[in-house]
Amino acid sequence: MGDFLAMGGYARFVWPAYGVAAIVLLGLLGHALWAWRRASAALKDEGKR
Amino acid sequence: MQRFANPNKFMKLSGPPLPWIGGAAALFILGGLGLALFAAPPDYQQGEAVKIMYVHVPAAWLASLVYAVVAGASAVGLIWRHPLAHIAAESAAPLGAGFTLICLVSGSLWGEPMWGTWWVWDARLTSVLVLFFLYLGFIALSRAFDDRTRGSRAAAVLALVGVINLPIIKFSVDWWNTLHQPASVFRIGGPTIAAPLLWPLLVTAVGFLLFFVALLLLRMRTALAEAKLRALRFGGG
Repeated sequence: MGDFLAMGGYARFVWPAYGVAAIVLLGLLGHALWAWRRASAALKDEGKR
Repeated sequence: MQRFANPNKFMKLSGPPLPWIGGAAALFILGGLGLALFAAPPDYQQGEAVKIMYVHVPAAWLASLVYAVVAGASAVGLIWRHPLAHIAAESAAPLGAGFTLICLVSGSLWGEPMWGTWWVWDARLTSVLVLFFLYLGFIALSRAFDDRTRGSRAAAVLALVGVINLPIIKFSVDWWNTLHQPASVFRIGGPTIAAPLLWPLLVTAVGFLLFFVALLLLRMRTALAEAKLRALRFGGG
């Protein structure tokens, strides 16, 4: 496990690269889901009036 | 084409497949990167630093591909006034900017141990940085006008001008002396990269592509819902 995390001495380059990819992709996903829920909830509200 | 021009039809057709595309995207990305981290052998020159490639290369492919989608949709919007075209372009652009950012940062993290520098102003790196700024310019311009149609058209023109950058990115490694290595997958004569390293790369790339399609559809649905909302509130209808 320690060997795996060490990435042959390149840990401080490999893991940040994967981390940035995860942050950007999850950020895009989170924002898109939040905006969709907000818009469809507002649309439902508007329909009730 | 006209059959899909109807926003109501788009809403009906795009809803059901969306969770499946999203689920497949998660499966392919986790599977591809899992193979990359646990199964793929270290490179004989790069050692384990080659693991960065599995994030960097699919992100780079998507960065260019999404720009082609943005430019194509912009052209359709300008020429045929297709009602969904500008919405598609504007929904795709932030996703393309995200892939470009992943490409730039992961490339920089690979460059430091392999080249001895985080950044060089050579043709490949500079043209990808220009791509990132084209995305940001497109996003800013599309939101810069009170009249949404004017903003969409101005941004669409910028997207079309920026298309010139795509062949520059692709062929920069052949046309100029650059630190960046030449193409090793999409090249005449087939890939030069060994199969155990190639497979995780392709699976991750398919995952990134599915992720893009799923989020593009979701963002377009959101934009259409917001447009409907504006029409209900301010359209007097």
